[in-house]
This record gives sequence, C-alpha cells and structure tokens, in this order.
Amino acid sequence: MFKQLAQPDRPLVGIVLSGRAVSAPEGEMLAAVLLREGFGPFRTTPVGGRERAAYCMMGVCFDCLVTIDGRPNRQACQERVRAGISVEAQQGAALLPVGGSKA
Amino acid sequence: MSASVDLAIIGAGPAGMAAAITARRHGLVVAVIDEQPAPGGQIFRAVTDPAPLPASVLGPDYHAGRTLAERFLACGADYRPGSLVWQEEKGTLDLTGPDGQQSLTAKRIIVAGGAMERPFPIPGWTLPGVMTAGAAQILLKTAASAAPGAVFAGSGPLIYLIVAQYARAGVPVAALLDTTPRGARLKALRHLPGALMAPSYLRKGFSLLAEIRRAGIRVISHVEALRLEGESAVRSVRWQAGAARGEIATGTVFLHQGVIPNVNLAMALGCRHVFDESQRCWRPERDRWGRSSRNDILIAGDAGGILGASCAELTGEIAALATCADLGCLSQDAAERAAAPVFHKLRHESAIRPFLEALYRPAPQFLAPSDDDTLVCRCEEVTRGAVAAAVAEQCPGPNQLKAFTRAGMGPCQGRMCGHSLGETMAALTGRSPAELGYLRIRMPVKPVTLGDMAGPTEEERNAA
Amino acid sequence: MAAGTEIAIVGGGLVGAAIGLGLVRGGASVALYDEGDVAHRAARGNLGNVWVQGKGLASPPYAELTRRAALAWRDFAAELTDETGIDLRFRQDGAFFCCFTPEELDKRAGQLEAAEARSQIPSGYSRARLADMRADFPMIGSGVAGATFCRLDGMVDPLRLLRALLAAFQKRGGRYLPRARVETIAPEAGGFRILSASGASHADRLVLAAGLGNARLAPQLGLEAPVRPVRGQILITEKLRPFMPRGISFIRQTADGGLICGESSEEAGFEEATTRNVLQDTARRATTVFPFLRDVRAVRAWGALRVMSPDGQPIYQRSASHPQAFLTSVHSGVTLAPFHAGPLADAIRAGALPDDIALPFSPARFHVQATRAA
Repeated sequence: MFKQLAQPDRPLVGIVLSGRAVSAPEGEMLAAVLLREGFGPFRTTPVGGRERAAYCMMGVCFDCLVTIDGRPNRQACQERVRAGISVEAQQGAALLPVGGSKA
Repeated sequence: MSASVDLAIIGAGPAGMAAAITARRHGLVVAVIDEQPAPGGQIFRAVTDPAPLPASVLGPDYHAGRTLAERFLACGADYRPGSLVWQEEKGTLDLTGPDGQQSLTAKRIIVAGGAMERPFPIPGWTLPGVMTAGAAQILLKTAASAAPGAVFAGSGPLIYLIVAQYARAGVPVAALLDTTPRGARLKALRHLPGALMAPSYLRKGFSLLAEIRRAGIRVISHVEALRLEGESAVRSVRWQAGAARGEIATGTVFLHQGVIPNVNLAMALGCRHVFDESQRCWRPERDRWGRSSRNDILIAGDAGGILGASCAELTGEIAALATCADLGCLSQDAAERAAAPVFHKLRHESAIRPFLEALYRPAPQFLAPSDDDTLVCRCEEVTRGAVAAAVAEQCPGPNQLKAFTRAGMGPCQGRMCGHSLGETMAALTGRSPAELGYLRIRMPVKPVTLGDMAGPTEEERNAA
Repeated sequence: MAAGTEIAIVGGGLVGAAIGLGLVRGGASVALYDEGDVAHRAARGNLGNVWVQGKGLASPPYAELTRRAALAWRDFAAELTDETGIDLRFRQDGAFFCCFTPEELDKRAGQLEAAEARSQIPSGYSRARLADMRADFPMIGSGVAGATFCRLDGMVDPLRLLRALLAAFQKRGGRYLPRARVETIAPEAGGFRILSASGASHADRLVLAAGLGNARLAPQLGLEAPVRPVRGQILITEKLRPFMPRGISFIRQTADGGLICGESSEEAGFEEATTRNVLQDTARRATTVFPFLRDVRAVRAWGALRVMSPDGQPIYQRSASHPQAFLTSVHSGVTLAPFHAGPLADAIRAGALPDDIALPFSPARFHVQATRAA
C-alpha cells in the first residue's frame, strides 16, 4: 500500500472511487491516488479476466485502465484528478455505447 | 488547425529541452510536443512543481534538471504539453492535446521520446502490486508517494538509486534482490579504463550502494530466479541465489532490468533500426549528429540508444546544431565549431557506458522466460508456451508470431513484449534477435479515438 | 500422378497454404516455399470476410465459383478445426453492405438483384432499409441510407486461417520452408530446378502461388501473371463487448472484441504504409455507421497489398510450354480457400485443369480484351 510522505501544494477536491467519496490533490496523477486509496485491481483483462493494476506509470503499458465518468479504458497514469470525477475499475472489454459521444 | 515550423521536437526530456534551447538560440521556429503536463521527461518528472519532499530525497542530480527546464520554458519554443503525436506523413504531424485534434508541419523532426524499462517477464509479473522501479520513482517525484515494505528486484543503476531514495525518505524496504550475475563485475572490469575517464559515475554508484548498506536494507546478491506469488494481487516474492532460496511476504514489488530506447515512434516514422548487441536492444540507426535513415528526422537522447540524462542533453544539442546546418541557418563549418566542445563532452560523459553495459547485462533467464505459463505479451495474454507452440510450427519471426498468437496486437502496441518476443524466439531457435528482427510498428503511435482520426463531424464542419 | 512426384508450391500465404493442404490431403509429396518474417502478406491486412455480395457482377463463372466456395466454407472450417484444434472463428450469419445515399443503394440493389436472378446458386440476397438494420444494430447512425444483405456472406479470422492451413499442411507431412524466397525457377529434365534463399532443389511439378511475386516468376515458365498491387488499409480498435450480431461489409467485430474497419482500394505501387487521408476516410465512414465509435480508440492500423488482376478476377493457368507448371493469382484468398484446398488442388494433383476452371480463368482473356471492371 502506498502512502503520501508529504502534502503536495495542491488543493484537495472530492472524487468518487467505486462509489466511495475521498479527497485527493487536484491535478495529481489519478493512478497515484488509486494506489494510496487501496482501490484494488484497476481492471480485469478482456482476454483472461485477470486482475491488473498500474505497472509502468509512464503511459506505455496500458495496464492501469479504468472507467472515468462512464468512459471506459482511460489510462489512470495519464489522467489527472479533477473535482467530482467518478472512477470505477474497468471490467474486461469496454461496454458500449458510452455516454458523451460528440456525434 | 495546422501550423508550420522549422523544427518539431517530440519529447520534452533533457534531449528535447536541450535541442529546443539550441535551435531557438540559432533562430529556428520550434515546436515541442510532449505527453506530460510539465517539462522534464521521466528523468526530471515534475521537476518544476513545488517539491513537497526534502531536496535530499531525490538528490542534486534530479533538482539540477530544474535549471534546464526553466531555460527551456523561457526559450521561445511553441511548447505543447499534454499532447500526443499519433501520426506523421511527409513532415506533417497529427496530435491530440488539450485543444483537441491538431496538425503541425515541420521541415525537420527531432525524436526525443526517451527510454522505457526493459520488459522483465517472470512468473507473476502481471499481478497487481507488481510495478517497475521507474514507476516507484515517478510516484515519488510526482506524488510524494511510496510503498513501505516493498521488495525491489532486478539490476541496473536505476534500481540502486530508487532504493537509496526510499532510504533517504525513511521508507522501509523489505529487500533488494539483485539479479546482477556473478561474474558480471569481472567482465565489466575490462572496460574500467574507459569508466575512469568519468570517475564521478563510479563514485556515485559506490556511494549509492554504501547508502543502501548503511540504511540496513537487506540485499541479496546474484539472484538467479524470481517468482511472484499471489492470486489477485502479489503476496510474496520467491527468490533463489545459488543454493540459497527464500520467500519474502510483500504487497508491492518493483522490478527493473535496465532501460531500452522507446522505439515505437522512430519505428513508426520508418527510421531504420539495428540490434545493439552491447545494450541488448533495438535502436535507430544514426550518424554522429543523430540523423536517422530518414533525412528529415533526427533522434536525440535515450530514444537513440541508452547513454543517460547528461548525454541526452548533449545529443539534443548536437541534433539541433545538425538541424540548423541542414536548414541553412548555420554553415556546416559553424555547426562543426559549435558542436566540437559538445562532442568532446559527450565522449567524456559516455565513456562509462561499456562498463555499465557489461556490468548490468541482463542474465538470459530474465530476458526470456523459461516457464511455459509466464506471460510474454501482457495485453493479449500470450504465454511463453504459446510462443513455443508457434515456433514449433516453424513460425519464422516476430511478425508471423504476432499474426499467429496476437502477441503485440494490444493497446501497448508491442512496447511491453517486443523485446521479450525476440529474446524468447531466440532462446527457442538459437537464432539471434538481430536475425529474427522486430515487430513492424506503424502509426498510430499511440491509441487514438476514431473521432480524432475522423476529424470534425459533418455538423461540426458545417457549423465552423 | 506418379508415385514420388514432388510438387513445389511457391508462396506460403493463404493461397499457397490452401493448395498445399489440398495436395497433401490427397497424398502428394509437397514442399511449400515461403518468404521470411517480413513479406507482402495480404492475410495480415485482411478484414476476414467470406464474401459473395457483388463478386463477379460482370462474370458469371466468377460469381458461381465464389458462391460454391462460400457454401463449402462451413464444412471446410469444421474439418480444419478438427485437424488442428484451431478455432477459425468462422461465422456465416449473413452480412450487410452499407450505402450512404439512396442513389447508391438503388444502384447497388439493382445490380445485385440482376446477379441473383442470373445465378444458379442463391445467395440469400435482400435489400435492407435503415429501419431493418436497427433490429440488428440499434445504435446505427442516421447517416446510413440502407444496405444490401446477403445470407451467404460470413467472416473468419484470416490469421487463424493461415496458421491452421500451415499447421494442417505440416501435420500431414507437407514440408513448410520459411525463409526460402524463390529467386529463379529453371526447367530441367523431368521438372524444375528451384533456386531459393535456402538452396537449390528439384521439383517434378510446380505451383506458383506467390501473390505479387508471380509477376516476376511466371515468365520463366511460360505462365502469365499480369497482377499489380492494390493497397488496402485497415484500422483495428480496442476491444469492445460483442455488439455486432453479423458483419457490415467494412466493419467486422472479431471474436477478440476489436473492430476491424477498412474498405480502401488504392493504386500505390508496392508502398504498404498507411496514409492520413485513407485512415481519416475509414474513420469517418465507420463513425457514420456507428456514431458512438468516435469515442473508441484505434489501436493499430495496417496497410497491405491485394493481388489484383486487370479484371479483378482470379487467374488459374497451366503452362502450355511446361505442362507441369501451374499458376494461381487471386486476391480472394479467404473466400476461395475451400476451392483452393479442394477442387483446384485435386486438379493440380491430377495434372490438368478442367475446362470449367481453365477456360474462364485463363490469362488468355486479357489478350482479347482489356477490361478493368471490378
């Protein structure tokens, strides 16, 4: 389990992780918050249904995929904390249609 | 929106930043595109953020990056953070960023996409709680976050650095399982005279090890086998070193087996690559200035072969000078004169590499798994056994292997398996990775939405 | 066929592998020469359609050949899976061809109705309105005017197909020779001398199935392969939960979950690269059919070269000057696989092409007319 060694100079905002309200530093890498909050597996794989979580933290491995506000397969290590976002683990392949289509 | 520049630099790590500063100094119109929200690359991640940790934790080498980043931010380049290049055609780049889909046309492109950690396919490496040592460092730099009681396993300068940084921050480390093979030191000694050209690297290395010992961290040397146990998350690490073996309970394991160039971008751009036997990885072909096989593309920093951060800065500067000469804003003579001291420094700074490459050459069992159930391709969950089955059907190389097993077809686009597929096939067939070749990498360089690919809808186009 | 006759096939793609499998099933001794890891491998840029709709509009023999192959596909797939344990992901539930304007739909429907009336083998053709398509695809976009539908159309995973063909071929004793690009073929006493990257060897009988490579090799044997590369580009999305009960001409959801989209056709020489304009157009058309795809990511894109004859139809030929040499040049390696592994392989094993293959598909047709119909 990760812990934060010092408070970053960022305002805290409320976000929702699997239905649970937590506060997190605005603008921080979302994956870091998930690791500290004991989010558990970030996703299950579409092929074998196995649990995965953040691995590389630099956007190359695509194992930290989560669903944010209903949008599937977001890389938690590339997403930033924004007030009010709701994060769920990604279960297997993306379920569609997703909301928010521009068309 | 389409803009036009002299030089587009992809990546804002030390190489990209130095290239931008140099090119701007000579009057080029420069754009710098980077995926991260702030400059620095992975080595100087978040270096411009207000630091919540005492400066001693990450150390002076890290904080020195701040000066470079500040010079870069002031150099007058069109800096586009949070932007992803996903396609290039005849000098026109397509990128998605905070302002949506954009294109940018450049006379020259410098690829400064940096390095990534070498895939380390061992049993259990996909379990939650298993991450890379680089990930541990990114978490420390960007979020002041650490995992007390973690096990670090592997080899290479970075793993000692991050363990020392944990120790400085007072974060307990369960163990460092060092996989540097017995006998590697002896092989490295041959390169000691070169290493002594830049003795500060050796001193730094020794002092990191001393720091780790002083902190009382358990270090197990010459580890020959690793297995990560657990069902839905890692529970323990089993290790074996000679006759000794053991199991350490932990919820977090950080793996590291050195770094390799992140080749996808340069490969997708069509730059020719070669297999570097000494670094045991693929890297783009370059001339001494960093010019690739494509005359409009140069490659700087670790994207072109691993030399480390200080050399990255120098190769960035050199590539920018070559660009200035190619575009006619510096004469060839002037570029040579300006580059001479940089080349000199580069020779000096890179003298340690043969020593490090010999010392930290991964042991064969960590390049290719021997256990049939171990995953080689994380995305498509292709095991070593599945690779062996295709090889038994006379599959000739990684591209047919990809077609037959789906290895390399997932969202990471082969980044996490490309090298291990080659190593695994090499171990199975006796052919060298160089002979087997690498996956053919094409655009898009990163997954991109069909909406971004399609551009505005008809209604959006009509409304505009 | 005399005992011990050695048949060499040049080309280890879908066409060569299917013929090879058919030959070894019939008891022949076969060596299959293939290139190395990097080759113009059309199977790798293939949507995987088993496709009948619109094939052979100008050529009844081609239309019938296609329809017979499509009808044979189910048994062919089952047998291949039995033999190799590889699930080809074959499905034959019919497929739609989307039209984006009423005019396009009227024109296409008219052509297909006429073809259906002409054919001896019904394909289960019908015309679908947008409302009809909604039953299968509730999320279809309003930019679609309608579609033509054909029950005989289906899909298969072309990569699994290639793997299974090569695996079955080897299981039955066929000799698969990768990294053995054939450089020259010279007639010699009792057959041919083949010079490949892996050395020289003799064959009594020879089949050219080298795709675009046929153009280079055919003249050495009195054969003709006036084929040219026609590039196609596809893009492949991230995995989605299954939502397509059947295929749409240029969008197939694979059993793995990803969509393969593509229908482009370009004259680009031997350039295999993907291009901005074509991928953009493909993405536009795909998002017109399913607007929600705008939020879905493309993970890969691929360009590959079709093996196109001047009239778009197959070439099957036996050499007049070297009667032990045969040639197959075809861009429809997926759909026609059961024909290649079946009747065509049987004919080659017997040593002669029957008239219903030899006459309509001889390259002699290009001598009298120079049509360029699809």
